[in-house]
Amino acid sequence: MRVRAAIVGSGNIGTDLVIKALRSEWIEPVWVVGVDPASDGLRRAAELGLKTTSAGVDGLVPHVKADGVRIAFDATSAYAHAENARKLQAEGVLMIDLTPAAIGPFCVPPVNLRAHIGTREGNVNMVTCGGQATIPMVAAVSRVQAVEYAEIVATVASKSIGPGTRQNIDEFTRTTARGVEQIGGAQRGKAIIVINPAEPPLMMRDTIHCLTVDEPDREAITASIRDMVREVQRYVPGYILKNGPVFDGRRVSVYMEVQGLGDYLPKYAGNLDIMTAAALRAAEMFAQEMTS
Amino acid sequence: MNLTGRKVILHDMSLRDGMHPKRHQISLAQMITVATGLDEAGIPLLEVTHGDGLGGASINYGFPACTDEEYLRAVVPRMRRAKVSALLLPGIGTVDHLRMAADCGVATIRVATHCTEADVSGQHIGLSRKLGLDTVGFLMMAHMVSPEALVAQAKLMESYGAGCVYCTDSAGFMLPDDVTARIGALRAALLPTTQVGFHGHHNMAMGVANSIAAMAAGADRIDASAAGLGAGAGNTPMEVLVAVLDRMGVEHGVDLYKIMDVAEDLVVPMMDTPVRIDRDALILGYAGVYSSFLLFAKRAAEKYGLSSRDILVEMGRRKTVGGQEDMIEDLALDMARARDANA
Repeated sequence: MRVRAAIVGSGNIGTDLVIKALRSEWIEPVWVVGVDPASDGLRRAAELGLKTTSAGVDGLVPHVKADGVRIAFDATSAYAHAENARKLQAEGVLMIDLTPAAIGPFCVPPVNLRAHIGTREGNVNMVTCGGQATIPMVAAVSRVQAVEYAEIVATVASKSIGPGTRQNIDEFTRTTARGVEQIGGAQRGKAIIVINPAEPPLMMRDTIHCLTVDEPDREAITASIRDMVREVQRYVPGYILKNGPVFDGRRVSVYMEVQGLGDYLPKYAGNLDIMTAAALRAAEMFAQEMTS
Repeated sequence: MNLTGRKVILHDMSLRDGMHPKRHQISLAQMITVATGLDEAGIPLLEVTHGDGLGGASINYGFPACTDEEYLRAVVPRMRRAKVSALLLPGIGTVDHLRMAADCGVATIRVATHCTEADVSGQHIGLSRKLGLDTVGFLMMAHMVSPEALVAQAKLMESYGAGCVYCTDSAGFMLPDDVTARIGALRAALLPTTQVGFHGHHNMAMGVANSIAAMAAGADRIDASAAGLGAGAGNTPMEVLVAVLDRMGVEHGVDLYKIMDVAEDLVVPMMDTPVRIDRDALILGYAGVYSSFLLFAKRAAEKYGLSSRDILVEMGRRKTVGGQEDMIEDLALDMARARDANA
């Protein structure tokens, strides 16, 4: 039996998540929560047969028990997340947080998802889009040998970056850098984001640079990176190793491109797609645990 | 054109944009010597940070010889009249870097975004203004949009609290008419209390001519660099601009002979290679490519046996923006693979 879930937030991310979740073997999306009755996302969710409310999380809470909602994705904002989490966790709902609020521990599925299973955490955070695209590569190097410093550069299409991220771009760089350290396993991390307005919009690009403590083991690192790319491709088929690993002294550089599935978000917005796909992947793992 | 009696603020770039041709390796002693020379020459404002601004220290852009904080703490207290500015690119630096720079005593913060992305600067411009600093918005690669589009972005920066907004010719692409159109549009649309600035690169040898055009169209601040030390073919050469402004009767407060001597005796001997319009720098201006890509393209070309000119032209064709230095090696690998496949 699939585990029932609610999607909080009826914007682009929430809507893309609904479409992906409808295909899932493990998750059954039942509610979509918005704040604007006129939102396109709520209309679309209703057309797809989901229950909707425009009264925010307060509109969902009275139905949680009756409808058996056990997982909620929060695709609102860092600002709104704390309240959403408090209200839904009180109902025993597991929160998968797609905002940069980072109240719960970071989750990057191919790296540390298994570590979350069985801990009965009430809230996990999906870091940032740039983090989901790059931290697996940092981890692929650091699981071979110690990484003194890792730096990621995410280049995204202007059209794929919403007003929330723009108003607090520092939150992206800080949270991603923290994820590079905590989950990627680098002793020190740095994150850079570049926004490019070209038309047609460019595909998300990510560069990952690592400085290893000792001379890099080229063979082992190359194999580890290839394995990790395949792991990510299980939920983001458009996660492509374009070039590298390039070895230059202790520097190891990897050049990635991330193409989305184009469910609701356009294909170039691989940065948004990898967030929704990773969140769903995390939820599926928790659902398997809940039903086993 | 008659600019007699006009006042202009000359802002020196040699210790910030000049970090690019120096691969960010200017020593603390050189920073102090040049800054002191600029101060004595009467330069009112000079910029000190990593070439890519506060927090630019990285594999991607290059690790500097010293930290931003070390440079600022060395230079700021030694200035008798000159004020010091720091550049910040949101996405690279954060408000934490901004607070650090303010604590070091910088007078001016310049927040730089690509010319269409001003709305990522609200946080940083707002904080700089709140800290009581002279706050400047810096719209890079301004040749890529129309004057009208540039105005819309400048108004956003003004609304966040910028007291001055720049039209930044990062690629050294503009010709004087392009500058006149953009500076004129900014001057007409912004509040009378908001200043307008122009930052040029000398890739098409237009640095001085463009700066004069900017002033004629109403610019209050002009960026230039002693001996032109800056990315690409460098910035507008300060000593040349000062000489021209003297002849035109513009009030700028800089001593011509002293700035000539700073350029010749202090800055030129620092150069690793002459900062000049070689064919790669010329192609930056011709094709409209971000000037800081120059050395990255030269290195990638050498490593992978390619033409740096071909790399730069392709970077332009792909509409890359400032900060995309990481794409150069990626692109060089693609180009080398395509060449080998055809061999």
